[in-house]
Amino acid sequence: MAMLSFEKKYRVRGGTLIGGDLFDFWIGPFYVGFFGVTTAFFALLGTAMIVWGAAMGPTWNLWQISIAPPDLSYGLNFAPMNEGGLFQIITVCALGAFGSWALRQVEICRKLGMGYHVPFAFSFAILAFVTLQVIRPVLLGAWGHAFPYGIYSHLDWVSNVAYQYLHFHYNPWHMIAASLFFATTLALSLHGGLVLSATNPKKGEPVKSSDHEDTFFRDFIGYSVGTLGIHRLGLFLALASVWFAALCIVVSGPFWTRGWPEWWGWWLNLPIWM
Amino acid sequence: MAEYQNLFTAVQPTGPVHMGIPLPKGDWKRTGTPWLFHLLGRLGNAQIGPVYLGGLGVASLVFGTLAFNIIGFNMLAAVDWSPLQLVRQLFWLALEPPPPSYGLSFPPLAEGGWWLIVGFLLTTSLFLWWARTYRRARQLGMGTHVAWAFAAAIWLYLVCGFFRPIMMGSWSEAVPFGIFPHLDWVSALSLRHGNLFYNPFHALSIVFLYGSVLLFAMHGATILAVSRYGGDREIEQIVDRGTASERAALFWRWTMGFNASMESIHRWAWWFAVLCPLVGGIGILLTGPVVDNWYLWSMKHHVVPSYPAVFPLSVDPALLGGKP
Repeated sequence: MAMLSFEKKYRVRGGTLIGGDLFDFWIGPFYVGFFGVTTAFFALLGTAMIVWGAAMGPTWNLWQISIAPPDLSYGLNFAPMNEGGLFQIITVCALGAFGSWALRQVEICRKLGMGYHVPFAFSFAILAFVTLQVIRPVLLGAWGHAFPYGIYSHLDWVSNVAYQYLHFHYNPWHMIAASLFFATTLALSLHGGLVLSATNPKKGEPVKSSDHEDTFFRDFIGYSVGTLGIHRLGLFLALASVWFAALCIVVSGPFWTRGWPEWWGWWLNLPIWM
Repeated sequence: MAEYQNLFTAVQPTGPVHMGIPLPKGDWKRTGTPWLFHLLGRLGNAQIGPVYLGGLGVASLVFGTLAFNIIGFNMLAAVDWSPLQLVRQLFWLALEPPPPSYGLSFPPLAEGGWWLIVGFLLTTSLFLWWARTYRRARQLGMGTHVAWAFAAAIWLYLVCGFFRPIMMGSWSEAVPFGIFPHLDWVSALSLRHGNLFYNPFHALSIVFLYGSVLLFAMHGATILAVSRYGGDREIEQIVDRGTASERAALFWRWTMGFNASMESIHRWAWWFAVLCPLVGGIGILLTGPVVDNWYLWSMKHHVVPSYPAVFPLSVDPALLGGKP
């Protein structure tokens, strides 16, 4: 049985954005809705295209399968199917699936009387993907600047693009993004650890309260952001990570073409040092 | 519905400050008179302080401050004691480990001796802070999950600065203290060992890093989205499930066919965050002592395609032995 003990009373009609009651049902644990249908359509089509691309490619080795974007010479045009056209269709499918997934989340939020925070947060991930695969290639004038769909090939892309700018770690927005990624992970470990330590106390002790949580953190570092605040902080840190990650790659190429270590020259040459 | 998204606290009631749960006998008194800072109250709690210093905390701060200052003075010495140049070149300056010729011996102070001393002081400071993390939890009768998560971070720190250099037989392998120099170290390590992207433990570590950010976005957003039902009172929801937990769980069940519980999501969070430095440390420890070149390793295991040989085989001079 796919339903949780308390689930039945929450499975009510309504909340859909489009299609009225037509797709307002569940399959197993999954809610369907109009956007569930479009998600399935794009996801299945995109996956099939990837499998087709793999079949035409040189290997079935899962690590090595790669669907490459068109050659730079195609610019922003459509490419023949076997020379990047597949990649273009798969990218459209991915965008369709991600967008549908976000809108399906909106419908589920409405059904459950929840805020829209999750689809809002997910839209940042979509934005990062769009930045890499659409915005930056368009700004640079060729789809060939997008990353390939493959497990190791996308790592090669990251490596190669990064070394085109000599030393990507010197990209200031990359520095901010990396710091935010680490900070988010630190905050997550502290939050997870704190809640677990309050609800799984020393043997023989009763479960602790949020007063204990606040006290532990004030004793520890002099400040406790509180039970509501930590979720705002965590969401903010996570979204800021993604935001700066997207920023650091979209400036590389369209707005800065030299080595990133060179970028810091403005600081070294400020008139205040004279 | 759109009017209640609870992104900041609009109405901020102020009451008496909270002095904290009473501490057991033998502990120090808490330090500082708490005060309220309005802007912080927009995000979370407005109250700042009090803090518990304690013997472990004070000792940790002493060692940490010593390390910080020695790094600073070494950088200052590098720019001929010019404070202006210290600010100008701060991101480029470093306290570097000893050159390879010293191996694991103790070099003169100016040639890495200070680096070794700072490493000792900083490690002592971290261990004392870890003990403090453990003890503060225990003195309040709580579990020690935060301390063990911190231990995972200390593991990665020790791998980079202590275990791996020892296994490589040279302190020169360790990380310099400095902003750009430690980034240079990362790149150099990666290039020297055939691109760290081909290191599967590095890949796993990145998965857990990105996964942690994803989890916090999912969890933070979910809790805020059910905060109108009291979802932020997680402990209460864990011991006595309410409609906030039920809606939060069903949201993910209906979205992706699977859901955590109010307690288990924090276990997912803890493990993702902890595994990031844990497997990352394993990956770094293997890089050099066990695997010399991750690209060649990946070719051998058919993870990456082998490219046709265009250039004649060359021998890595680092493999020929002999002192640099």
